[in-house]
Amino acid sequence: MSVRTVLRRALLLLGLPAALLAVWWYATAGSTDFYVPPLSAILEAFGKVWTADRLLSDVVPSLLRLAAGYLLAVAAGVGLGLVIGTRRVVREFLEPVLELFRAIPPPVLVPVIMLFAGIGDTMKVLVIVSGCVWPILLNTVEGVRAVDEVLDDTCRSYGITGTARLRHLVLRAASPQIVTGMRQALSIGIILMVISEMFAASNGLGFTIVQFQRSFAIPEMWSGVLLLGTLGFLLSLLFRFAENRVLAWYHGLRRDRRTP
Amino acid sequence: MTPGAVTPGAAPARRLPERALAPLRGLAGLAGLVAVLEVLPHTGLVSAGYLPPASETVRALWHLLAEQTFWTALGDTLTGWGLGLAVSVVAGVAAGLVIGSVPVLRAVTASTIEFLRPIPSVALIPVAVLLYGADLRSKLLLVVYAAFWQVIVQVLAGIQDVDPVADDTARSYHLGTWGRLRHVMWPTALPYVMTGVRLAATVALILAVTAELVIGAPGLGQEIAVAQSSGAVPQVYALVLVTGLLGVAVNLVARAVERRALHWHQSVRTEVTG
Repeated sequence: MSVRTVLRRALLLLGLPAALLAVWWYATAGSTDFYVPPLSAILEAFGKVWTADRLLSDVVPSLLRLAAGYLLAVAAGVGLGLVIGTRRVVREFLEPVLELFRAIPPPVLVPVIMLFAGIGDTMKVLVIVSGCVWPILLNTVEGVRAVDEVLDDTCRSYGITGTARLRHLVLRAASPQIVTGMRQALSIGIILMVISEMFAASNGLGFTIVQFQRSFAIPEMWSGVLLLGTLGFLLSLLFRFAENRVLAWYHGLRRDRRTP
Repeated sequence: MTPGAVTPGAAPARRLPERALAPLRGLAGLAGLVAVLEVLPHTGLVSAGYLPPASETVRALWHLLAEQTFWTALGDTLTGWGLGLAVSVVAGVAAGLVIGSVPVLRAVTASTIEFLRPIPSVALIPVAVLLYGADLRSKLLLVVYAAFWQVIVQVLAGIQDVDPVADDTARSYHLGTWGRLRHVMWPTALPYVMTGVRLAATVALILAVTAELVIGAPGLGQEIAVAQSSGAVPQVYALVLVTGLLGVAVNLVARAVERRALHWHQSVRTEVTG
């Protein structure tokens, strides 16, 4: 790559974000509007609020709860999805029930789960599980259903059965669908992480931001919104990175098919 | 949708009753769920204070249906959902078509879209509360922010999918920008647009209810919060059930609209979800 192409790329990548930030900076520079503080004030607050201590006491617990809930949902969703997807009769029995559960907007389960689990960490993890599990479960079912019949027959005639079949054929074939479900689940999980903390909590990102908003610490609140946005972006980046590694074979296959 | 598990060699005589069995089994599954929910609290495994028997939930639902406040709340939720969805679809399609058909614009905006899209719209809750309070506008802010990205990303993917040969052909027949947009890009992008609309419809409902639940904007979500804080447990369950049925209805309608709009489109589409 020549210097010019590198410069061009950098300009394309960073040009608009830089311009938008500049507009934000100058448009609010002398802002006296209480609710829309200058960007400089927000950034200053960001440095002051989100110290290492704060990150440890508020951001880390949130992320741990998200990780716990998300991983449980993946395990439950894929496990149940395999069972339901491979047995047609079970699937026919459960399909309408699952569709109903999936259609319930996950945040309304917060009050219901609070009845059972109080307002501790268990409640928040359960809320995240209850929202994340459906897209993963239903996508796994779809993925397992769509396993190539020829491959299936080939496996069978080679005597590949049981766990080996599950690992090398069924899970493999369903993995693009499973990943799609996991991606949807991740954004739902982030939403639920924040909401469950807004309801009742003593720490966490959502709790802190709402606390700032209620005490009218406006620049601090904006800095929290900024942090939450950045976190969402980073998590999706992380997810894409992991996806590209796990599904490298699939993406390569698709590229090949598209350009023969 | 083909039932993948039907073996090709199965006798055709057996296939018909098998297919007719599926909806019956589905109904049986639903009935089973109701039965479990009815029996579970009676066995004492779960306290009836947390999980009321299904019959009580149904009774609570019946009472709700007779109340004016319920219908007002339902209307409020649907208004926020519908308005937000309409705004996001119109804005998303317009912005997607403009950005997608001008390569420079697409290159310049790509990083910004990739950055803004994964920002959880619940991050905007405090901002919405401060700016608009518990108003329809804060609900709309959340709904539009969440649903807009679903639409625009699909529109962009759709335009990228335009067959270069078809586009070149249109050019050599001297179709103008408008003609190419109308006859080449739009038909290619339509399946993607429809996927985007369907995803956006679901997300919009989630965010509408969330805004009501957390911010206290009038609607079903707020009714749930009120019922919960006053300890009316069967009512909480009844309202949750209503939101679930609403979600099912939204899904069904979105799929029906999709099928209608794409009745000419034979090929199987790959969804770009994100």
